Amino acid sequence: MKRNLLAAAAALLLAGGVTSSAVAADTLKVGFIYLGPVGDLGWTYQHELARQAVVKEFGDKIETTFLENVPEGPDAERAVEQLVRAGNKLIFTTSFGYMDPTLKVAKKYPNVHFEHCSGYKRDKNMSTYSARWYQGRYIQGEIAAKMSKAGVLGYIGSFPIPEVVSGINATMIGAQTVNPNIKVKIIWVNSWFDPGKEADAAKALLDQGADIIMQHTDSPAAMQIAGERGKLAFGQDSEMIKFGPKAQLTSILDTWAPYYIERVKAELDGTWKSGDTWGGLETKMFEMAPYTNMPDDVKKTAEDTQAAIAAGKLHPFKCPVVAQDGKDVECKGGDHLADDQILGMNFYVKGIDDKLPGK
Amino acid sequence: MQLVLEKRAERSRTVALISPLIAIGLTIVTMTILFAVMGKNPILALYVYFIAPLADGYSLQEIAVKATPLVMIAIGLSLCYLANAWNIGAEGQFLMGAVAGSWIAVKTQGTEAGHWVLPAMLLLGAIAGALYALIPAICKVRFGASEILTSLMLVYVADLLLDYLVRGPWRDPQGFNFPTTAEFDPVATVPTLIEAGRLHLGSILALIVVAAGAVLLGKTIKGFEIRVVGAAPRAARFGGFNANQLILLTFAISGALSGLAGIIEVAGPVGHLQPGISPGYGFTAIIVAFLGRLNPVGILIAGLFLALTFIGGEQAQIAMKIPLDVTKVFQGVLLFYVLACDSLILYRFRIISSAPQVARGTH
Repeated sequence: MKRNLLAAAAALLLAGGVTSSAVAADTLKVGFIYLGPVGDLGWTYQHELARQAVVKEFGDKIETTFLENVPEGPDAERAVEQLVRAGNKLIFTTSFGYMDPTLKVAKKYPNVHFEHCSGYKRDKNMSTYSARWYQGRYIQGEIAAKMSKAGVLGYIGSFPIPEVVSGINATMIGAQTVNPNIKVKIIWVNSWFDPGKEADAAKALLDQGADIIMQHTDSPAAMQIAGERGKLAFGQDSEMIKFGPKAQLTSILDTWAPYYIERVKAELDGTWKSGDTWGGLETKMFEMAPYTNMPDDVKKTAEDTQAAIAAGKLHPFKCPVVAQDGKDVECKGGDHLADDQILGMNFYVKGIDDKLPGK
Repeated sequence: MQLVLEKRAERSRTVALISPLIAIGLTIVTMTILFAVMGKNPILALYVYFIAPLADGYSLQEIAVKATPLVMIAIGLSLCYLANAWNIGAEGQFLMGAVAGSWIAVKTQGTEAGHWVLPAMLLLGAIAGALYALIPAICKVRFGASEILTSLMLVYVADLLLDYLVRGPWRDPQGFNFPTTAEFDPVATVPTLIEAGRLHLGSILALIVVAAGAVLLGKTIKGFEIRVVGAAPRAARFGGFNANQLILLTFAISGALSGLAGIIEVAGPVGHLQPGISPGYGFTAIIVAFLGRLNPVGILIAGLFLALTFIGGEQAQIAMKIPLDVTKVFQGVLLFYVLACDSLILYRFRIISSAPQVARGTH
């Protein structure tokens, strides 16, 4: 009996190796850190779909692990480091707030490679990647202006950070090509994911006369409200047509799979290099959901615009970009705004009758 | 035959000692069944949760780092709760301490400021936390406003103030307008204790706080007053203890400790001020305070234990692909059993055979 106990104890100790795992040494371990639960149907869900695509692509050659619901505070650094210590050699940290924690861990483990989504700090072993969603916003603005009878768009913002501000501006510039007098009403909900607040914001916007809802928040709540009220809306992050079959015009889809597959392949081949990837429609870093609930001519315009942007013939921030105060914004990127100007965008364009929070 | 719960004449000391063990035992049994149903090896799972994190230095450090704010806040809360003052707003006091301390860090950034910066930050953090906690305490004492509601609502005020500051005046000029201050200078950072580790000076401070709490409650008249006011308000009044004064005092101490924990967290593991610096520490600490039975040493153990389940839960996600929800179930089951078993300290089960009752009925 005693011997059995000892044997069991020994087995347990051996089992301690689970953290360093029992998989073959040449299997590449890839880790993911998620902000939300994998079932959020939005931001995290899209990253999870991409992870599954990676698993499908490489099969036994890799082993993936994810940590979900990791808050962007003091816990993040530990979560990243736990993945490193469990033997992951390539780690995707999929939210802006993981930037500094990822950088700290990257400095500590120079032989592990990190991929951080939507940040701006990089290192020899830490890349960044993001998508030019503003391109999609421009298309949406164009569609919205064509579809709106009231000439008033309702926009649900999360936080007034550059990505969201550039989205609003791109929407407006796109809409103004159709209707120079288009109006936009903006409500900030100060959250990325809060279905209750998002629904309230959508109702308030509709009550204020908007007839198209656009959102830079992650839940399908606003889509449902628009559907109930017989109004139109755009989805965000993921395909939301089932939440508003008669409401969704299109949706900006985060499609990370091609990028993730490319990076894992590079890691497997030993050709991984640090860099910054900011892809758009041209590299399918994001895609547009099918254009629905609109007449054929509007659909045609949208498709043409999408093709023109993908081909590099049309830039949403083509100069001159006129700021709210009526002055031209300095044109640092040749015939359009430079990437840095878009990444740090902190002003509204002309025609937005609102004040940017914190300005 | 009937099973009834009967009040004991006095607290059972034996049960008080073994009830946490019964609770842990029941939790292990329940989780074993759950793991088995999920098709995971239960022994391995329990090993990953409980033993593996204790077996390497890195995880031990992380447990201490996670437990530090929880223990520090919970000690203060326990004083409030013992005195029958219900401070639910430790989260807000934590944030206020973080904000006030960060003010010095932001203002001295890039200057020649010397080593006075960090002590000043800690001090200011504690003062701000105390003052912020005094708002609901004064409303309670002066106007009879429920401190439960006011302290809770002030959490959101603190949250929005922090939000405003990092999006507006304190925003990192090089930060592409993202809501965060710049990284604090080295003189404004809590030093770590181990090279390349995250264990920091704050953990030592937390231990000092535990010791101070034990001395206050066990050896001083103030501590006695706090316990009497809570346990027997009438007796306290006869004894001439000033209950209002104790509400103010316990709230101030509790706020100061929460504020201190806040600035330590910001100047330590996080390194800058940003939204989301607290994954609900102020609320989790309420659980820690009760899990530790409002006793300083108990709180230390409870804080470390809760931290262990967080770290173990992460390792279980990594090593065995056990979803995070199971960790939450795990924590919930544990709490449930602890509270359930605690009722056995004051109550006991008795089996009453039904025969005599029937007999009585026929009389």
